[in-house]
Amino acid sequence: MKVTILQFPGTNCEYDAQHAFKDLGAETEILWHKSESVPSNTDLLVVAGGFSYGDYLRSGAIAKFSPVMKAVKEYAKNGGKVLGICNGFQVLTEAGLLPGALKRNENLHFLSKHHHLKVINNDNIFLKELNKDDVVNIPIAHHDGNFYIDANGLKELYANNQVLLTYTDKNGETQNPNGSVDSIAGVCNKEKNVFGLMPHPERAMEQLLGSDDGVKMLRGFFSA
Amino acid sequence: MKVIVNVFLKAGVLDSQGKAVHHALNSLHFNGVSDVRVGKQIVLNLDEEDEGKAREEVARMCEDLLANTVIEDYEIELIK
Repeated sequence: MKVTILQFPGTNCEYDAQHAFKDLGAETEILWHKSESVPSNTDLLVVAGGFSYGDYLRSGAIAKFSPVMKAVKEYAKNGGKVLGICNGFQVLTEAGLLPGALKRNENLHFLSKHHHLKVINNDNIFLKELNKDDVVNIPIAHHDGNFYIDANGLKELYANNQVLLTYTDKNGETQNPNGSVDSIAGVCNKEKNVFGLMPHPERAMEQLLGSDDGVKMLRGFFSA
Repeated sequence: MKVIVNVFLKAGVLDSQGKAVHHALNSLHFNGVSDVRVGKQIVLNLDEEDEGKAREEVARMCEDLLANTVIEDYEIELIK
């Protein structure tokens, strides 16, 4: 299992992601954004969190033009698996690889805390080790996590089982921290090979640090 | 040619910053304000002198980078 992790200027979660995937037994490589190709033995490409290009203009708006993104699009088009976490999710929506957009949090605050999430669809490689309606405890840390999609787009997401996770309380009751449409925390593309979420599963890998619920999520990619 | 691009959230997309500013203005007793939108202004200096071409080029810039048309609208103003 080879995991390639993208690094833009301002990315700051690439080493957390590397640590998490190494712990699960993967070979990892951090790929600088100037690269014009994705290593051919890549089984999973991670677009890690942080503040690519200082969030200038909009979160993810400038990163989408980095040299590596052309290769990422090609990789995804050929069925390669891509996971965008936090800023990575923003980059993937900006690049058009995932539907919707991420707006400023409704209460305008930067949110940094553990939050519960409910599994909405698990018929995909990312969440297949979890059950529908399972509640996991995963940290969030974002300013622009307010997922927006218009009514037609939303209908399509549900019709294709593309809604992955929603924000809830510990009992699975909706609790929306940032104003996201339908409390949505993560989605995938129609083909179910590109995934994006605002919460950080790579920061929930050991009980000692508050939760190891991220293990089941990231492990899904290993049994492809 | 100088070009001003204004980018705002689309009508119907909640503008939390506009709402917060509106609320703050009301608490400062500016009670005659019925709506506030907060957006971005981007000022460009172009070599292009032809208005039509300039407008077309800036529209492409907006579609590609300056605005995210999933959530934002843009206005282009040419200044001679």
